[in-house]
Amino acid sequence: MPTLKQGFAALEPVLQRHGHQAHGLIEVLNAAQQLYGHLSEPLLRHIARQLRLPFSRVQGTASFYHLFRFAPQARHSCLVCTGTACHVQGAAQLLAELRAAPLAELSVELGSVRCIGTCSGAPLVVVDGAVWNHVDANAVLARLRELER
Amino acid sequence: MSSCLRLCTAASCRSRGAMALLQSSDRPVKEVGCLGPCSEGPLAAEGAQLLSLKPAEGEPLAPSLGAALAGSRAISADDPFLKLQRRLVLARCGVVDPGCIDDALAQGAYQQLQAVLAANNPSAVIDTVRRSGLRGRGGAGYPTGLKWATVAAMPSDQKVVVCNADEGDPGAFMDRTLMEGDPHTLLEGMAIAAFAVGAAQGFIYIRAEYPLAIERLRRAIAAAEARGWLGTAIGGSRFSFGIELRVGAGAYVCGEETALIHSIEGRRGVPRPRPPYPAEHGVFGLPTLINNVETFGNIPPLLRLGVEAYGAGTKVFSLTGHVQRSGVLEVPMGTPLRTIVETMGGGAPPGRQIKAVQTGGPSGGCIPASALNTPVDYDSLKALGTIMGSGGMVVMDDTTNMVDIAAFFIAFSREESCGKCIPCRSGTVQLEMLLRKLLERRASAADLTQLEALCHTVADASLCGLGQSAPKPVLSTLRHFRGDYLELLEPGEVVR
Repeated sequence: MPTLKQGFAALEPVLQRHGHQAHGLIEVLNAAQQLYGHLSEPLLRHIARQLRLPFSRVQGTASFYHLFRFAPQARHSCLVCTGTACHVQGAAQLLAELRAAPLAELSVELGSVRCIGTCSGAPLVVVDGAVWNHVDANAVLARLRELER
Repeated sequence: MSSCLRLCTAASCRSRGAMALLQSSDRPVKEVGCLGPCSEGPLAAEGAQLLSLKPAEGEPLAPSLGAALAGSRAISADDPFLKLQRRLVLARCGVVDPGCIDDALAQGAYQQLQAVLAANNPSAVIDTVRRSGLRGRGGAGYPTGLKWATVAAMPSDQKVVVCNADEGDPGAFMDRTLMEGDPHTLLEGMAIAAFAVGAAQGFIYIRAEYPLAIERLRRAIAAAEARGWLGTAIGGSRFSFGIELRVGAGAYVCGEETALIHSIEGRRGVPRPRPPYPAEHGVFGLPTLINNVETFGNIPPLLRLGVEAYGAGTKVFSLTGHVQRSGVLEVPMGTPLRTIVETMGGGAPPGRQIKAVQTGGPSGGCIPASALNTPVDYDSLKALGTIMGSGGMVVMDDTTNMVDIAAFFIAFSREESCGKCIPCRSGTVQLEMLLRKLLERRASAADLTQLEALCHTVADASLCGLGQSAPKPVLSTLRHFRGDYLELLEPGEVVR
């Protein structure tokens, strides 16, 4: 992952692809988050300068959307799907049970996602991008413990 | 149809281990999109024969494709799930390799675009779409031909065509299926629309939750450009049209067309009042045609078949929830709900009864089991207090508490409200509090009256479709399942 010291040079091709135009802002934010893991304030200020936008506009846009994050990620992420099909199969209980579990000790960040559209596997979780179907809290915890091995 | 073994590697079968099977294969395998009954996945097909590679209950997936095939279970072509479908939009999905434009071209992709360009008569195309009676498949059901004619009539030399692929309704994945399984049908439909209305610039606004669809669309767009089916002088004509992909960042409200336009422009996805409608003032202030993925997907088959053979058309549904067989199916418009849920989906799990079918996501409502004979079309569903919606269909059995479902959808709308207008911003919060009060058995009959009155206020006074339809799940469950609400009233309350 590129570091701050390199001055966000890795973002330059993306900025160029959008001609440093304001309408490319969300595409640039998406790419920036992919490159750097999260949107730090220096990164947002850099994007504002490059797109010739007020910082408030960049910050305001980024904070509107759920998927942008402003703090570093934990080593692993576990997203509980809370879409309708998962809800009727017990997603709320699954989420509550995982919230009560000591996930931080496993370097896992818990979150939720509103339907990824593979509902035949409900209830499901997305762990580091991979989908685990038909799970309960114990099964998820057991497999999360395996991640660190 | 190729007799080579086809393996579904779309998102659902992928989550069931399709990629491991693909990598373990020692014979040529063609990767295809969704084959239909996702709950039986991973799925493969050989010729017309569909094969379920699903391991037995409690067993792990077979270690290789060969072993999985040896233990596979054939799904008969006479199975109602397959037999009762009419695949127009999804005709090539599950047949064509979505990553290979040569395969798509060999199976007829871009032929309708070529025919339209050769005829060089945009108004004839619009007339065909208008006569077909095609209505927007994203939920609202606005007549597509009328929308096209409005944009075509705008006096501007620059226009934009936008595909709304922000399939945000939870439990809906029809658009994902088409984009992952046969992206060229979507691109061809958009190019035909652009030619008909006179646009040279196109956007696909897709939600970030669909990484595989994004990847396959990017690849399909690049391949279509390389072959001259997108870009300048398409098919040797004077028509030019380019498509840019815009990836969302998780905001349900961006499925609303004015919010979507703001998001494409790199702004907060906040709706604005209409008029002016996007047809007049859309992306970058230009006249803009916005249609949903499935609507564009209907265009090539419509032109291929002609208005008569196309008939009433089809609707793609994603069937999920408490149902024996879930997946994606395309049925003739007007198919009775019972046929889809019971005959094709196998009904509720053993020992349970269907209580309701939810359509239209957070903007829709619940249909009671007593109304299962309703034909699925725009007007019949509207009469029941719900909407066709984009096509998500979640079956709920008798273990489901409908007040909990109403609270679930209101919580969704509360979270996704952009906060611009007060009825939606505050109304959804208050509605959720009243529903929680009910669920905790602390509510009085007066609370129930207030809940109902507030629903109408939010529906009438909100700025955009999100707020206007947010109370629908509450109103429809109050209408069809009032008993569930009355049961939760505080002990001693007079039941009216």
